[in-house]
Amino acid sequence: MARHRGKGFACINYPIGMNLGGDPSQALVHSNPDGKFMVALSSIDLGQGMKSVTRQIAAETLGVPVEDVYVETADSDTGPHCMGSFASRGTHRVGNAVIQASLEARAVMLEAAAEELEVNAEDLVTDGKGNIHVRGAPSRSITTAEASGAAQFKQGKTVSGRGIFLIPLSEVDPDTGEMTPVSCFAHAALIAEVDVDDETGEVAIVEINSAYEVGRALNPKLIEQQLVGGAWMGTSHALWETTEPYYPSREHGPVDFNEYVMPGPGDIAPHNIAVLERPAPDGPYGGKGPGEMCANPVLPAIANAVYNAVGVRVDELPITPEKILRGILANGGAKPQARR
Amino acid sequence: MSIEFRKELFADERDDNLNEIGKPTQRQDMVGHVTGRSPFYDDHLFEGLLHMRCVRSPHHHARIRSIDVSAAASMPGVKRVVLGKDVPRNLNTLLSLLDFGLDDEPLISERKVSYKGEPVAVVIAESEHAARDAVAKVRVDWEVLPHVLDVEEAIVPNAPTVNETYPGNCFIYHGKYTHQKLRYGDVDAAFAQADHVIEGRYQMSPIEQAPTETCGAIAAPENNNRYVCYTSTQALFFSLGTAAKLLDVASNRLHFIGGTVGGGFGGKVDSLHEPMAILGSMLTGRPCKYMFDRAEEMQVGAPRGAERWYVTDGVMNDGRLVARKFVGYFDSGAYTRLSSYAIIKAVGHLPGPYTIPNVYADVYCVFTNRTPATAMRGFGITGVDFAIEAHMDKVAEQIGMDPIEFRILNSYRDGDMKAHRRLAKNTALIECCQVAAEKAKWSLSDQAKRQNSLTGGGGERAQLPNFTKTDENGRVEGFSTGSYAQKNKPGAPAQPPQPNYQPQPAPRPSAPPPAPPTAPPPQTPAAPPPIPRPTTQVQDPFSAPTPTPPNPPQPPAAPPGGAPRRTTRFSSISGLRRR
Repeated sequence: MARHRGKGFACINYPIGMNLGGDPSQALVHSNPDGKFMVALSSIDLGQGMKSVTRQIAAETLGVPVEDVYVETADSDTGPHCMGSFASRGTHRVGNAVIQASLEARAVMLEAAAEELEVNAEDLVTDGKGNIHVRGAPSRSITTAEASGAAQFKQGKTVSGRGIFLIPLSEVDPDTGEMTPVSCFAHAALIAEVDVDDETGEVAIVEINSAYEVGRALNPKLIEQQLVGGAWMGTSHALWETTEPYYPSREHGPVDFNEYVMPGPGDIAPHNIAVLERPAPDGPYGGKGPGEMCANPVLPAIANAVYNAVGVRVDELPITPEKILRGILANGGAKPQARR
Repeated sequence: MSIEFRKELFADERDDNLNEIGKPTQRQDMVGHVTGRSPFYDDHLFEGLLHMRCVRSPHHHARIRSIDVSAAASMPGVKRVVLGKDVPRNLNTLLSLLDFGLDDEPLISERKVSYKGEPVAVVIAESEHAARDAVAKVRVDWEVLPHVLDVEEAIVPNAPTVNETYPGNCFIYHGKYTHQKLRYGDVDAAFAQADHVIEGRYQMSPIEQAPTETCGAIAAPENNNRYVCYTSTQALFFSLGTAAKLLDVASNRLHFIGGTVGGGFGGKVDSLHEPMAILGSMLTGRPCKYMFDRAEEMQVGAPRGAERWYVTDGVMNDGRLVARKFVGYFDSGAYTRLSSYAIIKAVGHLPGPYTIPNVYADVYCVFTNRTPATAMRGFGITGVDFAIEAHMDKVAEQIGMDPIEFRILNSYRDGDMKAHRRLAKNTALIECCQVAAEKAKWSLSDQAKRQNSLTGGGGERAQLPNFTKTDENGRVEGFSTGSYAQKNKPGAPAQPPQPNYQPQPAPRPSAPPPAPPTAPPPQTPAAPPPIPRPTTQVQDPFSAPTPTPPNPPQPPAAPPGGAPRRTTRFSSISGLRRR
């Protein structure tokens, strides 16, 4: 009776957004007279940071500090249409809509500033700190607050913008499956190291090492929380969770968190992550969407690690101690594979 | 735990000098969340709030002979017992908002139930306790029907019909086929020439999204003949559109407020709580709350559906994959929800992040007598990625190759043609493999380390196959494309098109049958057997990253049936039509 160590590898790519397109999202941006901006959406913040990432995108595009922007969502009376927060589409689709809306509002703000400074709007730049100045001549400047105030109280202009992002709907060929599925992909590769107890069938994750390519990391902390949490969810899916433990039988279905088996804090393993950033040509500032894909490589990597440890292929999820023990029994004992 | 940002990779494709993008800015709602002050839907407890609880089927499949609500309706605190006849338009499918699929699911079932837990009546009462007590007093006269729970058993002839909109228990793609096809090249010809043909069977079981906040909605009458609805939805306008349709009201009479949600993971995309709560408000004139308890969330709330995948790979001794075939079954449960769409996503994703010259897939959306399935993190992708990557490990082992080098060899690169007939771009799989290996101190050969996603693709790898073998397996009649997804529209026939076909047994791969929970699968492929051949000299596979497809046969001169067979592009009959 022993614990056997094994390593398993898996890599994946992941399509961002509803795969056939046809899933628009809109954004409205407007400024108060003092140059403080509101972004109105109807997208949902599930805890992933939808409001935060769209706020940074709006601030970057408008050329104002992030503190000058707040995002309000989701009230169907004021927030324009959005398809929803699913399919890893939020950052990509909504982010692009926010850029378009912010560019329109920014253009009005710069026109107003140009009129006050008596220059061409094309010659103006923002410094991201609340100032607008003539390119190459920082002393000829006006604050974003003054420009927005002048637009609304002197010039009669709304500092506002509308944005929508739509990838046109793709058709699907019924006979060949030809289609235009998505515009960008995220990527990941992951190595799981496990200990498998050949007496109890239990699997302990020793360590995970991974590389995730997510386009530009728009907010590194939000990326980190998604990758750490998502990979952990993948671990749970690989080894513990199911609503139907003996699928396709519906027997033994759990009804609460005592019966729905999940890992606890003691099962958490070190996860060392490398983030790669290959910007998506059509993503907002190159961002993709790390939300869903972070869990995917974990499941097969653990299955492959279990095989490497004890020589049992568990092809039906979750990889429970029962399945491992039955496999060991059928093999006439644990059959550790080559150490990696 | 550690995280590093490998800025040196793809650095020339980014301008890293931005003001706000790339900063670890604290989220604007953080303080509210960690201090418990952020309002969620369940914080809008109106004065005079009523509570709704469902009477649910105890059977997998049963006809409803009658429902007696008299005892329940006279219980203390009970305001109303709602039945299917009270729902203005009691049939819907979520993706009808995209004009995809036929309406197949009632909000409250009237004639029969197709899964354990299906709602047949709803009690509205002054307290949740009173509602639960009254639910126990509703008497339903059931006629229990035979049921089917396994996807492959559901699609054989004479299986019980789960979903009367789709009598063969398969979603119908494009009004034409029982499954979504992918055909690229000729896998059979390639298998015949491959050094090894390796089969596998993989099963993903259902998983609960397990949000901290269970699904629900609170609705109340607003001024001006409108209704406000606080909701946990992940898709505000999807939910608003669904409610407007089921309740037959103009969308601007509904005022939806949400946006701050206690976790979704896909389980709150197609929730039906909003129409239910608004219906309660319409019928009582009072605020109403409809919320899953934890047991409902786990057993009635739509889970990630089970998926079964059969994968067959043809591989050469030098590690080049020359063909990959999939047969997949998504267990949609009793109704469509979103599984039909996920299958199209899955098919567009195949054969995974690899360049393989011959790819084939038949993927079925199957109705069974279980809780309808829905989206969950990685919907349409997670299950097949498990199958692909577990299979890749077996194939690498069989040909005696390092599993990471095997991936790098077959990885897609910029400019490669994909099986859905579009060129790959912006790829980064190889770099991920290299960095993960480096972090785990997994040694790779110098050749594998030298590969990258930017070079070595395109050219011959950008070419479409010069022959693609197609077929009409699974063809059905009676689902007219013209009326597809059009029923229940004004002027359209009220009846669904009556399909007139015998369900055909799906082509079943000859992979090993479901083994006892984990006996190691037989290593010998059933068919076709690998052709024994002298080991040709294995050249450095990395030096020629272009997989050379086995020469495809010429198209048959006279295809069966004699009709001219188009081999590349068919006129598109879209499954997704715009109104």
